[in-house]
Amino acid sequence: MNSTPARNTKVMNRFDLTSRLVARLKNEEAVVGGIGNTNFDLWAAGHRPQNFYMLGSMGLAFPIALGVALAQPERRIFALEGDGSLLMQLGALSTIATLAPKNLTMVVMDNGVYQITGAQPTPGAVVADIVAIAIASGLGNSAWAADEEDFERLIDQSMSTAGPTLIGVRIDDKPGVGTTRRDPVQIRERFMHGLGVREPL
Amino acid sequence: MAAAEEKTSPKTSLENSSQEKSWHGIVLQSLKRNDISLVPYVPDRILTTLIKNLHADPFFTTFPTAREEEAVGIVSGAWMGGRRGAVLMQTSGFATLANVLASLAMPYQIPLIMFVTERGTLGEFNYGQSLVCRTMRPVLDSLAMEHHTCTRLDEFEFICDRSIKQAVTTQAPVALILSPLLTGGKTFDK
Repeated sequence: MNSTPARNTKVMNRFDLTSRLVARLKNEEAVVGGIGNTNFDLWAAGHRPQNFYMLGSMGLAFPIALGVALAQPERRIFALEGDGSLLMQLGALSTIATLAPKNLTMVVMDNGVYQITGAQPTPGAVVADIVAIAIASGLGNSAWAADEEDFERLIDQSMSTAGPTLIGVRIDDKPGVGTTRRDPVQIRERFMHGLGVREPL
Repeated sequence: MAAAEEKTSPKTSLENSSQEKSWHGIVLQSLKRNDISLVPYVPDRILTTLIKNLHADPFFTTFPTAREEEAVGIVSGAWMGGRRGAVLMQTSGFATLANVLASLAMPYQIPLIMFVTERGTLGEFNYGQSLVCRTMRPVLDSLAMEHHTCTRLDEFEFICDRSIKQAVTTQAPVALILSPLLTGGKTFDK
């Protein structure tokens, strides 16, 4: 899976890819959206009760998703994270590789910039290969998506893989399409309803 | 939550188990009694026996994380998914947490349970550790987070059990600071 050179992949769009992912969800899969544009586009793709939107704690989308995956091993969990965010918490990849949850699919939206703060390049923009880092962290099922069709194929494949999957996607520098309603308690409570942990009042 | 409240009272459990007479035994039994099964940690020498005993007990899923905020993210996700967790760390680890406490645990009202072994006081030999220690309580107080400094073995099970139950029922984080007076701390040997 690791033979695709990163720089030969098509530059895609975050909102389009997020919409494609959401369209494939048929079994109340959980989706954790990382800080900023990543969860803005998850919101814009159409709110689902099984979505969790992060309003801070940059870099923790994968750890939060790991926690959900450990709590609900029968449910598929997707986590969407930006490359800048992931660079803040690379150690989490090793933790996830060690615990090896079967129900976790991670997507890294890699545009090489901190789009939301003015599109400054990340320290890894020119030199680092996120998928190679993931593989070296122990996540063997890691690959770049060559194009949209390949992304959908990798998403489908991850759902029947016996271990965690990481999918890298190169994206453009467009901002998020929507803006998540910033009500953390409501976000958390709806998410817990969506996961069947609580009943609505 | 109701189930946790119906569990055996701390005193009865204490009488029934000799392991609970150590501070680390009390932590382990308090976690178990309150159905807290997920325990990520960044280690400290003081935590060695507790960590070893958690690994030996199949009730617990316990593992190291690279950073303390990663562990906070994991137990926050787990709680939203219906599984309770707690994080173990030392003082310097807590000092890395202000952002995640203020942007995840507090605003989303997540009952984050933290055990922090206290370095930096009562015989500290590393000046940097003593300075880091002084940042801990001001951070907790600035967020109005519940915290207790645990110094006495005879009070410790009461504090653990009640604090865990309060965190869960009020959906608010709690930090239990384990003083050298309780654990013996870490001393300068040579």
